[in-house]
Amino acid sequence: MLLSMQGISKAFAGVAALKAASLEVEPAEVMALVGQNGAGKSTLIKILTGVYRRDEGTIAFDGRDVDFTMPAEAQAAGIATIYQEINLAPQRSVAENIYLSREPKRFGLIDHAAMRRGAEAVLKTFNLTIDVDRPVAHFDAATRQMVAIARAVTQNARLVIMDEPTSSLDEREVAVLFETIRTLKRSGVAVIFIGHRLDELYEICDRVTIMRDGQTVAKSPMADMPKMALVRHMLGKELAAFQAMAPGEEKPERPVRLDVANAGAGVRVRDVSLTVREGEISGLAGLLGSGRTETARLIFGADNLERGTMRLAGSERTYREPADAIADGIGLVSEDRKIDGIVPDMSIRENMTLALLPRLKKAGIVDRARQDEIVTRYIRALGVKCASPDQPIKELSGGNQQKVLLARWLATDPRVLIVDEPTRGIDIGAKSEILKLLRSLADEGLSVLMISSEFEELLAAADRVTVLSDGTSVKTLPRKDLSEAALLAAMAHQVE
Amino acid sequence: MQTILRPFAIKSSGDLARLGVMLALAGLILFGALRYDNFLSSFNILSFLRYNSMFALIALGMAFVIITGGIDLSVGGTAAMASVVAALFSPYHWAAGLLGGMVAGLAVGALNGFIITKMRIQPFIATLATMLAAYGTGLLLADNQSVSVSYDTGFTVIGQDDFLGFPIPAWIALAAYVLGWLVLEKLPVGRHILAIGDGEATAGLMGLKVERTLAAVYLASGTLAGLAGVILASQFGAGQPTEGVGWELFAIASVVVGGTLLTGGSGSVGATLAGALLLAMVFNILNFENGLGWISLSAYWQSVIRGAFLLVVVVLQAKLMARR
Amino acid sequence: MTTIETPAPQPAGALSSGSRLFTLASRYGTFVAFLALIAVNIAITPNFLSWQTLNVNLTQVATIVIVATGMTLVIATGGIDLSVGSLMAIAGALAPMIFMGQFWPVENMAVAVTLALIIPVVVASLFGLFNGLLVTRFSIQPIIATLVLFIAGRGIAQVMTNGNLQVFKNEGFQFIAMGRIAGVPAQVVLMVLIAALAFAMIRYTVIGRQIIAVGGNEKAARLTGIPVKRVKLFVYMVSGALAGIAGLVVVARNSASDANLVGLGMELDAIAAVAVGGTLLTGGRANIVGTVLGAFVIQLVRYTLLANGVPDAAALIVKAGLIVLAVFIQQRADRH
Repeated sequence: MLLSMQGISKAFAGVAALKAASLEVEPAEVMALVGQNGAGKSTLIKILTGVYRRDEGTIAFDGRDVDFTMPAEAQAAGIATIYQEINLAPQRSVAENIYLSREPKRFGLIDHAAMRRGAEAVLKTFNLTIDVDRPVAHFDAATRQMVAIARAVTQNARLVIMDEPTSSLDEREVAVLFETIRTLKRSGVAVIFIGHRLDELYEICDRVTIMRDGQTVAKSPMADMPKMALVRHMLGKELAAFQAMAPGEEKPERPVRLDVANAGAGVRVRDVSLTVREGEISGLAGLLGSGRTETARLIFGADNLERGTMRLAGSERTYREPADAIADGIGLVSEDRKIDGIVPDMSIRENMTLALLPRLKKAGIVDRARQDEIVTRYIRALGVKCASPDQPIKELSGGNQQKVLLARWLATDPRVLIVDEPTRGIDIGAKSEILKLLRSLADEGLSVLMISSEFEELLAAADRVTVLSDGTSVKTLPRKDLSEAALLAAMAHQVE
Repeated sequence: MQTILRPFAIKSSGDLARLGVMLALAGLILFGALRYDNFLSSFNILSFLRYNSMFALIALGMAFVIITGGIDLSVGGTAAMASVVAALFSPYHWAAGLLGGMVAGLAVGALNGFIITKMRIQPFIATLATMLAAYGTGLLLADNQSVSVSYDTGFTVIGQDDFLGFPIPAWIALAAYVLGWLVLEKLPVGRHILAIGDGEATAGLMGLKVERTLAAVYLASGTLAGLAGVILASQFGAGQPTEGVGWELFAIASVVVGGTLLTGGSGSVGATLAGALLLAMVFNILNFENGLGWISLSAYWQSVIRGAFLLVVVVLQAKLMARR
Repeated sequence: MTTIETPAPQPAGALSSGSRLFTLASRYGTFVAFLALIAVNIAITPNFLSWQTLNVNLTQVATIVIVATGMTLVIATGGIDLSVGSLMAIAGALAPMIFMGQFWPVENMAVAVTLALIIPVVVASLFGLFNGLLVTRFSIQPIIATLVLFIAGRGIAQVMTNGNLQVFKNEGFQFIAMGRIAGVPAQVVLMVLIAALAFAMIRYTVIGRQIIAVGGNEKAARLTGIPVKRVKLFVYMVSGALAGIAGLVVVARNSASDANLVGLGMELDAIAAVAVGGTLLTGGRANIVGTVLGAFVIQLVRYTLLANGVPDAAALIVKAGLIVLAVFIQQRADRH
């Protein structure tokens, strides 16, 4: 066995991220490492590569116990990591990137000729003939990845970790990458392949390790693990637990408010069609990387639509900026509160009224009385727990931050509200509160588009669910057909 | 044949910008040579080189700093302070003046490196502060006036005399540029400096010693500014604590005009020299033009024209970056 | 995306004593330094508690505060404006040319003085707009975008005046510096007015809140529909206009305009005042009161040293130390 990680535990500030997780890799095999967001995959990898220190557990690499304290040590031992955002110096040449920090020298000077020859030779083993003097930025993502792999190979790596290597590649590029992985295998190098696209996993991986909630929940040869079972392991749902749930009642069909047809942009969103009717919660489901968040950003004008059309209450709309969408009565509670949501140093009051400011203005001055009235109303209505509205939002818990962000949009009295993982990182109590709130808002006529990875959430709240797979909407399930099994099947991209 | 041509092959937009500055410099020289009688006279060439060597030295240090993605605003103040220190040491021995000035510059560079890599303060603020400190120290040492250098120890030879028909400051600048080229292009550390400018975090993950390299770059920039201060004192016969105002901006402009990206990670020693010469030549040509008597552009036009140069280059850079 | 599990945020009460020290220092440090400086001066500087001392310090600090106020707004959006000193020179060069009849003959002095007070400020704000366009349209880093006018701006002023000193005596124009309103020097009134307006703008107006939001989290600001580019254009214009006003005050005070000297080094003083005043240089905060205090601290340090026979040059070194210390404390405090 090349790598054996056993009983790995790790906690951050008292919160367990890994609970006795394990991972084993044989030489010359491709191991798939899969799991939902927060399952602990990257923590496990970071412990292996010395970015984090483990609290408990043992790691044996190549038959010896190891304990790397920094990434350079893991690299020296023969473990190379190819990150999603490929870690190369983009303006340096291909040859330089392959040899950076280990340049071949002659009389103390860089031996450019030897470097060039070496780079060409190692790339040739991957059937790649390129001008190694050009900056890596000039090449497409797949080639850059190959350069990163070539760098790993010249460092005598025995294990190459690839973190979502295909996420920004098109089909042709994926094929080239897989050929490279096969070449690595032939020369005895093992690969840990972190990915979400099921077809790809089945194409290239020999075995799979599935993680959930910080634990390793399944290990199996790829061939023995049906797609449905894999998705079920990842999501942690026992079908039985949900079968008790009766299929929801069908509501009378109401007019379509938001209609997205064949939308696409870049490689992340290929062909998405969905509708949200008045007064309903429309769910948007799909595995990680299926293009859900990107779809939301397109609808909201945060990114620009390249293909397809969008209609709001029947009339076609194009938004260049979020401000256009907001003016049309669309709101977006984004997935990543920290990056796209809160302004950390500003108070709850200010955060809550940011989108509303233009409407709170009297001769340019914020109408403080109305602001206070709105803020007080929503703090009470949503049950935001805070010392005062003047408290900086960064001091609140995740659930309360989320309520403030919801209030930010509710205060604008929107017609369509997009919520991206509205209950991510929120405790159970707050979760059900937020779902109830969305339900009652929909009952009052609001159209909600809810992106969620959690089946309970979708089953409990959604009137219909559109399932995305690989940037394409593969199925829309009406309430009456909504079930765990149906969702699983659609996500695994199998026709029932 | 292929290997001979290789250095001239255009591989990136940066190469294109560098080719542009070379062509612009050649064009300006051609223009001057055709238009003015004494433009290519040895007197004009030699005094041009003698005076502008100081700026070339500072621009070289600045180029390295900007390649790492940083900036060094302290070079003007450092040069002023170093000129005072050099003048104060010059009575003992010409070499004492030379070394004194360089060590003074090195000290400021070391301080910059410390504040930037250890206290983690942005280069822009750190070097702004040390610029003030350097001016203050220079003024204190000089007692607020210029400090006459010794004419007995041969210190003035450094800035005023020729060697093999060329001004000594030009030889010093040439040596510095050859050394700089060697470091950037031929030594591993040069590649590391470029890679750090491309992305510090990535460079760290690729196993480079980021902090140490950054500190060394600021050290070098300070030392080169110190050397420029030595030449200043020697050439004008006095340490000048109030000189050097705006030198950092001239240097930045030279580096940018030379095609070095302000975002770091790309740059060339040769093109920096061309950029510095180009900006200096604008002034030279203005003088000649005024001499012809057709127009009368005051010397003040030079900063307007330099600013315009900077504007054009920066906007072009931004467009190139956006297209990427 | 595989996200990195970040450690949960620490509860507010669990700060270590070291980081609490930085937090305290960042919050009250400037004010304590200000009080300490006054106390030290009362103890050691002869005649410190006199109207004359107050007058000298207030008039010397006025232009710094005016410019630093604009700088605070720019820095709050995460930018910087190096061109302020040069814009001061341009405004300072324009005004005397207007009322001395160099552009068109002066028929009515009152009109000429009014124009001399307005046109230079408008021109300076248009240059500010130019800075803003470079930053927003071309995505050029603010430090470089404003470097262009830092270099060219003073040159423009010098070219306009041919580098000559413009000496003048014009009571109407010079009122903005020499005049007194209820016994208070007009430039001090101007300073208080501008700082108060900026304070109120940040506090009470929509654009003020948007400025803070853009600097605090630009992505989030865009997603709430804030016109990020317009907000940035606005702050650079304001910074330019305030630099213009400061330029007018300086030449009015000196009865002369020297394009080579007006506003020289002002960008440093303004940035120093902002940094010492506790506004984070990375944006998202605009502490106008802090900036005013910061300017006073810098002024008092200089005054204290000078009044006690320490050369002006030493004050530069102290100022350098102050800047580094202030930024260091801010950054450390912000990390928690």
